[in-house]
Amino acid sequence: MQYRIEAFDVVVVGAGGAGLRAAIEASARGKRTAIICKSLLGKAHTVMAEGGVAAALRNVDERDNWQVHFRDTMRGGKFLNNWRMAQLHAQEAPERVRELERWGAVFDRTKDGWINQRNFGGHAYPRLAHVGDRTGLEIIRTLQDKGVHGGIAVFMEHTVVKLFKSEGRICGALCYERETGRFLLFKCKAIVLATGGVGRCYKVTSNSWEYTGDGQALGYEAGADLMDMEFTQFHPTAMVWPPSVKGILVTEGVRGEGGILRNSKGERFMFKYISPLFAKETADTEEEAKRWLEGDKAARRPPELLTRDEVARAIRNEVKQGRGTKHGGVFLDISWRDPAFVKAKLPSMYHQFKELAGVDITKEPMEVGPTMHYHMGGLRVDAESAMTTVPGLFAAGEVAAGLHGANRLGGNSLSDLLVFGKRAGEFAATWAERHEAREPDAAEVGAALQGAMAPLEREQGENPFALQAELQQVMQDLVGMIRERGELGQAVERIQELKKRAQQCAAPGNRMYNAGWHTALDIQHLLVSAEAITRSALLREESRGAHTRDDFPQTDKEKWSKVNVLCRPGADGAMSVTTEPLPAWPDDARKLIEGTLEAVTTKEAA
Amino acid sequence: MAQRGNVTMRLWRGTAAGGQFVDYQVAREEGMVVLDAVHAVQAQQANDLSVRWNCKAGKCGSCSAEVNGYPRLMCMTRLDLFDPGEPITVAPLKTFPLVKDLVTNVRWNFESAKRIPPLKPGPLTAEEQRKGEFQMMQQDVDRIQEFRKCIECFLCQDTCHVLRDAQDTDKFFGPRQMIRLANLEMHPKDSADRIPMIKKEAGVGMCNITKCCTEVCPEHIRITDNGIIPLKERVVDRYYDPVTMLLNALRPGNTKLR
Amino acid sequence: MAAATQQLAWGRFTLRRDAWWLQPLLVILGLGGFGLYSTYRVFENAHYVAGLYQSPLGSPDLRGYVPWLQAFVPFTISPALLILPFPLLFRLTCYYYRKAYYRSFFTMPPACAVRGASSHAYPGERGIFLLQNLHRFFLYLAILILVILWYDTALAFGLETGHLVVGLGGFLFLGNVILLSGYTFGCHSLRHLVGGKLDCYSCDEGSKARYKVWQRVSWLNTNHMGWAWASLFSIWAVDLFVRFLDIGLIRDVRLL
Repeated sequence: MQYRIEAFDVVVVGAGGAGLRAAIEASARGKRTAIICKSLLGKAHTVMAEGGVAAALRNVDERDNWQVHFRDTMRGGKFLNNWRMAQLHAQEAPERVRELERWGAVFDRTKDGWINQRNFGGHAYPRLAHVGDRTGLEIIRTLQDKGVHGGIAVFMEHTVVKLFKSEGRICGALCYERETGRFLLFKCKAIVLATGGVGRCYKVTSNSWEYTGDGQALGYEAGADLMDMEFTQFHPTAMVWPPSVKGILVTEGVRGEGGILRNSKGERFMFKYISPLFAKETADTEEEAKRWLEGDKAARRPPELLTRDEVARAIRNEVKQGRGTKHGGVFLDISWRDPAFVKAKLPSMYHQFKELAGVDITKEPMEVGPTMHYHMGGLRVDAESAMTTVPGLFAAGEVAAGLHGANRLGGNSLSDLLVFGKRAGEFAATWAERHEAREPDAAEVGAALQGAMAPLEREQGENPFALQAELQQVMQDLVGMIRERGELGQAVERIQELKKRAQQCAAPGNRMYNAGWHTALDIQHLLVSAEAITRSALLREESRGAHTRDDFPQTDKEKWSKVNVLCRPGADGAMSVTTEPLPAWPDDARKLIEGTLEAVTTKEAA
Repeated sequence: MAQRGNVTMRLWRGTAAGGQFVDYQVAREEGMVVLDAVHAVQAQQANDLSVRWNCKAGKCGSCSAEVNGYPRLMCMTRLDLFDPGEPITVAPLKTFPLVKDLVTNVRWNFESAKRIPPLKPGPLTAEEQRKGEFQMMQQDVDRIQEFRKCIECFLCQDTCHVLRDAQDTDKFFGPRQMIRLANLEMHPKDSADRIPMIKKEAGVGMCNITKCCTEVCPEHIRITDNGIIPLKERVVDRYYDPVTMLLNALRPGNTKLR
Repeated sequence: MAAATQQLAWGRFTLRRDAWWLQPLLVILGLGGFGLYSTYRVFENAHYVAGLYQSPLGSPDLRGYVPWLQAFVPFTISPALLILPFPLLFRLTCYYYRKAYYRSFFTMPPACAVRGASSHAYPGERGIFLLQNLHRFFLYLAILILVILWYDTALAFGLETGHLVVGLGGFLFLGNVILLSGYTFGCHSLRHLVGGKLDCYSCDEGSKARYKVWQRVSWLNTNHMGWAWASLFSIWAVDLFVRFLDIGLIRDVRLL
């Protein structure tokens, strides 16, 4: 089997926010940089980010600063976050956002003409720089334009199937061109994985087809640790009707702009679900919530803006108790605001509901329910350099773990991409500076090629689409929002069986843009993450953030609050699951995390 | 209200070497969009069917095709838009070289984008330099934010007859790049001059204002009225209107004239 | 061979099955009808005035300024012949009418995703079509003529009679000049000149003021097509009214 060879210093896999930012940085530092992406440039999942990018710019509320952002992130993550990542993130996000503006991004403005910021769940102050409800699009287009003018070689519609190491260091990647099915071997000194999440292993998800956990699987197979895999974020509000749009995201921005959640009885139920952790900062009455929305700084925030895990669980509970809508959701109502305001602030939500569901959100409530949205877990990385446990292999964005802990705050993903994408690019460039290129082993490359071709050569076999649908059903039913030992055990077994069957997928047709073949290969990646999620969820016997165990409903203050769950290939090739203590918090970080909001802000003022 | 039963999907199958439309029967569900029906065909009847898609929410602009001959996003086109008894024809974008089935090669759009000079921030105030941010009022950026809604689905490029019928890609960058240029030209902080490029390389004069780009834009960007025509008027200022040409030449410190 | 297969599958012109031809057809009927009628009126050389009413097709009457012109043509020059070229040029170079005639008469293209009948590709603004770039100058003339038509409207309400005249004709004239003003002041070139050419609307007092004007013009511009058609038909209607009145086919309805 023939393949073409390309040589670069740094190869970035994935062209979403993190990948593009990494490639821009590596290229700016004089490294020959390639970016490989499965779709066309600019179509990556980042375009779907709606609400905004969190950064303590202090343009709207002077009380904000990086310390408060850091504290909010840690609290939102239920203290399982890597404190150093959370600190770097909060400190560097403002400059990363402003840099975008200088590169051409056009954020919504404050009255004084600076970057405007909006409220979001879990953020103490208006912190999200935004462009209506299409912030992700703005960011990806800005980075895309910056990137193509910065001399990055772009390989669009290419899928990576295998990474190669030499003497323990990363040295190359094999990929195929989707259009022709031809193979390319990239020889390089450093690789940055920025492939995003794993949403496609669930049936109801806001994620695109690309989210098949490629980076997690490629890294894992190269020997990198997976961490916090049990933490899968279910976004509380997605469309639930009609069936064809089930799972499509309804931005948190709707609640940030005053959207109210009600059950089928008309009750504003979120007031019943305020956990003690947030009780001090959350309004008790509708009247107070309304005053907050009108800008009264003395008032506390509405309970609709609690963190995503809390809101998602509340919605699920309302539905389970029989107070859901006809289609198994709850009502989200923004129609009490001025129609012109709604259309200006939430234009794509307006069109989405109008065109897909026939609902005019300026006149009637939306029907919403939870959807698989984000994965806090992923490859374990070094906080400073974003390097995984494999030398020369870096990871940034959703594919990396650590920043968000047990639950991510809305808006922290886009800032994560920018901060750690830049860091990954920077350190990959430094790594490439200090290390020589090595040759991938020809026999390994040959074996990987054969493996990739296998589904095409099989005359008869499993239908890859059917198999993927089966996996999605298993994960949805057994490893969903609420988990339990028996079901998780069943899921592990089912996944083992699916793994065997995945080896028997057949794809009719030839190598040209063959969706069946692509899916047959993607599903092997998907299964690695599905197994890691399930096994990690089984191990963590507590409820925390996005991980809820029916059989362990309490958050454990002892054992589980001090460890991360890791997955790595065992000696026998099977997946081994272990725990590892969290990095210790230094005193100043501890004070910020444990201090009250008042203490945090006064400290800054003083 | 809901239409039950099957729908016939008439999909183009083939490559640049040849092909034909093939009929597939798909079970109709409530609220189904064209992309759902294409996916159903792909999962059950034709695993190797090629189709681009990503977000399935009208935000990424991947699933562009010609549905019953009209350029649309498949994910935002509901089946109940069409006569239930008739087959629904889905063809790839005609303007671009065919790769396979519903997938076309749209690469030259990325090539022309690369030729457009990026934002060149002009002189900044001390305050702006200190903050690292631009001070721009919302009213100054409303116009360009409209252009920045573009999801690069290339439906405008597909329907533009200059590109579609005449294949004049060497003479005209097309509506998508016109609004990219308009965005940069109208940016309050930009100091680069792209007017000569807009006239010559990008070929704004090739647009005869037939407005199909605006008609098919899924983001409802008023490409012609708000993007292309204002650019044409700026070109007139520089190259055709003797009065403005004279005034420009006389203006002290004129940097925009070469 | 390969290309032929593909072309065949797409059909000669389009895969569209909706009534895409309806819009260009209506435009042909509308513009064609007005074209024929106005040509007839140019050479009819009569019935431009009926009492207080001066038809917009023949106003202002410029014959007195260019008497020497008559020597060059074998027919009697009408006031319409002298004045109509100016609004005609304004409309021919208008960004809306360009859409209308390129789609309907040149079929470049007749409708979206429909191939035109011509084997020639659109060559760009060449030769006589370079005039399309001078739209703003025809706008200046159109504004001048518009002022005169407002004056004609005042005459229709009896400005020179010394007392107010309120008749059906007056309202027709008023409606017509309002529609014409909506069309003229929603012009794309005007929109550019009053503020579209600026990159910053908040940088000084002048640009802030121009922003407000630009917003108004933009508001009118949004439905430039609507104003274009409405004003075309209102001119037609007013001229018919004056002509019929002068012939004696109808009578004006007077309230005062």
